[in-house]
Amino acid sequence: MAVYELKPTKQPPLSERGAIAWIRHNLLSSPFNILFTILSLWILYIIIPPMVKWFVLDANFVGNSKAECTGDGACWIFIREKFKIFIYGFYPESEQWRANLTMGLGALTVALAVIDRVPRSIKIASILMLPVVAIILLSGGYFGLAYIETNQWGGLLLTLVIAAVGIVLSFPIGILFALGRQSKLPIIKTLSVFYIELIRGVPLITVLFMASVVLPLFFPEGMDFDKLIRALIGITLFQAAYVAENIRGGLQAIPRGQYEASEAMGLTYWKRMRLVILPQAIKVAIPNLVGSFISLFKDTSLVMIIGLFDLLSMVTLTTNDRDWLGLSTEGFVFVAIIYWIFNYLMSRYSKNLEKKLDTNNKD
Amino acid sequence: MPTQEVIQSNNTKDLSEVMIEIDNINKWYGDFHVLKDINLTVGRGEIVVVAGPSGSGKSTLIRCINRLEEYQEGLIKVKGIEVNADVKNLREIRSNVAMVFQHFNLFPHLSIIENLTLAPMWVYGKPKKEAVETAMHYLERVNIAEQAEKFPNQLSGGQQQRVAIARALCKSPDIMLFDEPTSALDPEMIGEVLDVMIGLAKEGKTMVCVTHEMGFARKVADRVIFMDEGQVVEENDPETFFNKPKSDRLKLFLEQILAH
Repeated sequence: MAVYELKPTKQPPLSERGAIAWIRHNLLSSPFNILFTILSLWILYIIIPPMVKWFVLDANFVGNSKAECTGDGACWIFIREKFKIFIYGFYPESEQWRANLTMGLGALTVALAVIDRVPRSIKIASILMLPVVAIILLSGGYFGLAYIETNQWGGLLLTLVIAAVGIVLSFPIGILFALGRQSKLPIIKTLSVFYIELIRGVPLITVLFMASVVLPLFFPEGMDFDKLIRALIGITLFQAAYVAENIRGGLQAIPRGQYEASEAMGLTYWKRMRLVILPQAIKVAIPNLVGSFISLFKDTSLVMIIGLFDLLSMVTLTTNDRDWLGLSTEGFVFVAIIYWIFNYLMSRYSKNLEKKLDTNNKD
Repeated sequence: MPTQEVIQSNNTKDLSEVMIEIDNINKWYGDFHVLKDINLTVGRGEIVVVAGPSGSGKSTLIRCINRLEEYQEGLIKVKGIEVNADVKNLREIRSNVAMVFQHFNLFPHLSIIENLTLAPMWVYGKPKKEAVETAMHYLERVNIAEQAEKFPNQLSGGQQQRVAIARALCKSPDIMLFDEPTSALDPEMIGEVLDVMIGLAKEGKTMVCVTHEMGFARKVADRVIFMDEGQVVEENDPETFFNKPKSDRLKLFLEQILAH
């Protein structure tokens, strides 16, 4: 019988370390891969230089009218001149500090929600407070603030209001429908299934039309319901169905033992859901939830069809301005960048959250 | 047997006080008759081991006691309270009866200490400090106090099951139900869990254990019950049960299980 000594650990050979190894494994691992790498480099060569030219080298940054856009590149003067209207819509200039404050509070709320050390109670309180504070601040009529009708709200401000309200309110409603769908009570279950399937079978545009045109028919005459509120109701109810389906996916991933153990403990139904089942189900559902929130953020641009001027419709509107005709490319590129920033941040945050909540592999 | 003496000297044991009374229950899954006319009475401090081949209905039976499963005929009473749809009864029963599962069923999103304090805080409304103290007490008892801040999936199977037992103890139940507590464990971890269970048995906790650990049954059980095809086939003290089985089915079962 042989006895072996413990061997010392060695570093891998030089060719398996650092950048060289990365290139070898990822770019040049097989003939097909090499071909692909060359093809990709060629495509980048075709695309990048003209883009840099258009965006920066040939672009115009200085000036304040279209006449000063002389180069072949982008006319960023347009964006700078119209920046305020893209952000605030027709919100009166003298009151725009209120919009800024609201967006600042929104950013603060997000920051509080993202930072680990903040107690959960403060996170939830700030998220719930935000819509109330935002509506008082933006519409005014109280505390000496001038009243500003919602049809003056617009641009990015409106996009953010719709998206934030839609996300925050659809979440609890969606959870209720998801639980309803799993309920043992036939009436609740049937109603939940009916609602979810009905909404999911219909495009958002239809729901918005219903909320904006059909809904008022049911109200008593003379009762005028704010257009924005109607849109918010429509979007929230629409999004709730998708949240419900995402959460249901999460609920189905929870092993039966978790339900049984929490039940055997003597916890009531709502405590079981709140303390044991939902935290796990939501964790599983996060990627899908964020996916549907990103969709919602983009879909807010559909409110255009019921006459609300969100970021995209504001840009469309200004490109028709007689003094700035022919600059829609700049406008849409700007919109795309804004949408991309917000959606990318959401997607990054969800990645982070997934990692943080993954207690399964924590060492 | 020395262990037997310890049990009998424990003053909480009083078989005349009925803790669980199962009166002629029947249960079906659809058309499948899982439990057939089951009768069983468990006294205070009694240790009952339920054995039998898989599919014999033994797990279903003990899950009827805390109503994780419903039965269609007959009656189960826990400390005189009927196990039925009544919410108040159910709350009372579940606070008296704790259960340990085959797959531990710890809550993976909560740390060990949070797993243990959940029921005391949210079912009994105990302040956090008190709940943590109780939890630490029981964690020490199962020799795992140093893992309190970890998450379930960082522990071995044996450790997880000991945590699950500590969690069950945190609500100071009168009755403990064990549903194959060692079946999902690696062989080298079975011992540590059984040691904890033997400790509880010696303290006079009323226990109903579904298990294949015949060594455990021999050592601490007051009664061993053999189930097959939804019926109680044989019921006896461990001595007679193992050494003088009467029915052919039990003889066959013991042969299979003790052969190696």
